[in-house]
Amino acid sequence: MSVTDPAQTDLGFSDPDPARAGRWSRAQAIAVPVVSVLLAFAIGGVLIWLQGVNPLYAYWVLFQNALGSSEGLLRVMEKSTPLILTGLAVTVGLRTGLFNIGAQGQLLVGAIGAAWAGYNFQLPALIHIPFAIVFGMLCGAAWASIAGALRAYRSVSEVITTIMLNAVAIALVDYLASRPLKEEGQPITRTPLIAETAALPDIGIVPVGFLIALMVAIFFGWFLTRTTQGFRFNTVGMNPSAANYAGIGVRKTIFLAMAVSGALAGMGGAVETLGITGRFEPTFNAGLGFDGITIALLARANPIATIPAALLVGTLRSGAATLQFETGIEPEVVDVILALTLLFVAAPIVSRLLFRKRAQKQTSVSSGWGGA
Amino acid sequence: MRARYAITLAIGILSCIVVAYAMDETRTVSVLSFSLRYAVPLILAAMVGIICERSGIINIGIEGQMLMSAFAGFFGAAITGNLILGTMLGVGTGMIMGAFLATGAVAWKMDQIIAGTIINILATGLTSFFYSQGYVLPAITPTLRIPGLADIPLIGPVLFDNGLFTYAAILTALVLWVLLFKTIWGLRTRAVGEMPGSADTSGVNVQRMRFINVTLAGGLAGLAGAYLSIEAASNFDRGMTAGRGFTALAIMIFGAWNPIGALGAALFFGLANGLASQLQADEVIDIPQQFISMLPYVLTIVLLAIVSGRVKPPAAVGKPYEKE
Repeated sequence: MSVTDPAQTDLGFSDPDPARAGRWSRAQAIAVPVVSVLLAFAIGGVLIWLQGVNPLYAYWVLFQNALGSSEGLLRVMEKSTPLILTGLAVTVGLRTGLFNIGAQGQLLVGAIGAAWAGYNFQLPALIHIPFAIVFGMLCGAAWASIAGALRAYRSVSEVITTIMLNAVAIALVDYLASRPLKEEGQPITRTPLIAETAALPDIGIVPVGFLIALMVAIFFGWFLTRTTQGFRFNTVGMNPSAANYAGIGVRKTIFLAMAVSGALAGMGGAVETLGITGRFEPTFNAGLGFDGITIALLARANPIATIPAALLVGTLRSGAATLQFETGIEPEVVDVILALTLLFVAAPIVSRLLFRKRAQKQTSVSSGWGGA
Repeated sequence: MRARYAITLAIGILSCIVVAYAMDETRTVSVLSFSLRYAVPLILAAMVGIICERSGIINIGIEGQMLMSAFAGFFGAAITGNLILGTMLGVGTGMIMGAFLATGAVAWKMDQIIAGTIINILATGLTSFFYSQGYVLPAITPTLRIPGLADIPLIGPVLFDNGLFTYAAILTALVLWVLLFKTIWGLRTRAVGEMPGSADTSGVNVQRMRFINVTLAGGLAGLAGAYLSIEAASNFDRGMTAGRGFTALAIMIFGAWNPIGALGAALFFGLANGLASQLQADEVIDIPQQFISMLPYVLTIVLLAIVSGRVKPPAAVGKPYEKE
């Protein structure tokens, strides 16, 4: 593989001419996602209207429920926590030129890993919580490393392997929760409840897991822009041949980035288990990893911006059930709205409409296809 | 070299099948029929991948194209009460989805993997939202027993007593091979995927060629989707494509972007799954159900790991064409 066209690997956040481009870049980074979200809501509104419900009422229900009470806010924060982390997982991949579609599988493995670490040990809370989180992260990292190693050392596209590993993970955790890690004497397929010492508490109405996710997002904002390793990730993402020329071990960097990405997704699963569900059940956690893709692209692969993007998705997700209860609209309307948001934000529809020729090149992850 | 390995492997498998047939007729035929039915959507979807990538476009959205078409095919057939109309709706939907990818990847020069991913997520969202229960197909799909040929032992009941989709899939693979390697369309398609600059110089409209091919290939994805909902399951389920679109890409790579090679790879894949489920059903091997359901996915990863680096994709795949 050779990358001769730098525009092709332009991830949309590099500024060749800092002063001018920076201004336009910042304007686009905010305007494009905002307009995309509004457009998606408008089309979603048409779908709702076609079902015979006033879209304004439906949206009011959706947001009122999520943001109008302290329980609602707690739910939004709980929903957003794993979403911030899977969004970050996809972001770290994108910055390194990798498309990790497997955050879902990594999250599942991390969630069940943390559940095991949570119920199998009796430790003081100060040790138990970090231990269970780190164990979940390691599980996620190990799972992603299968795809990472295949990409780095065998040139197998991570896009297919991570998707396949999602399906394998679903079967694997189902097996684990129904046989070796099953709660004894229960007909339901699930693990035992975690020890109290492993449970993540709430501070007031703010879940500790949410605070952890915020700190991790800020950490990666710093890590990707201010550290040598972050610089390596970015360089490999923007131009692997230049990275190679500059003496960066491209394969090692790809492997490492994939492991970090998996660890983040695994952490998402771990925090979900320790903070909310308290145990692992195969029906939990559905779809959290795929929302990570939407969030990362909505945030234009910017770690800090994953926070508002995840909060938006979390708000929609937590309001969806009430929406069905109150108006009879299928909760899947949220899936449609999110898919449309992804379409508008990732396809150059909105950016060309708003910025014409100044529209930035889009994110690119195709360089690894068919062998690096 | 590769061809020789493939032929040796094929001969080995075929002789095993003959031995198995001698030992247990009905069971062998049932496993082989299962395998072939399993392979049908994979064959069709792999052809989608081959047409697209031979034209220089990555199609990671086959999964979503199939899902949308399975949806449109099933509900089309159930509502109109006509299986043929439903199938045509499925194919048409596939072509629309193909045109969608072509617009993003060719016209807008988007990142092709992201364009495909959007199709997948959009298809999941739309089909889940509009899904409703309580619809049934007006009839079961007819099977076509080819007189004479179907009476041949072993080959007859497996190959010549099938649903129409099965014949269509095998024919598609054979016809596509001829089209790709023996016609002007094929030459141009391959040129556009290997060296678009040269193709352009010699008067081929690269963008138009890519756009049309990706759109037409979507029609085949539509056929695969219609097969899943109309013939295989006689129903539509959320997420029923279950990763087949991605497996098909692995099969495409394993078949070295050659329709015949991919046909063989898809059949091999079907056979592996047919065998595993038979062994489990007979309780020959005591493996938890979950590991059987993992098999197609693990096999996909293993196949990719084995074959990568030994086959070469079309040179220009994934790169939007910029006129010099």
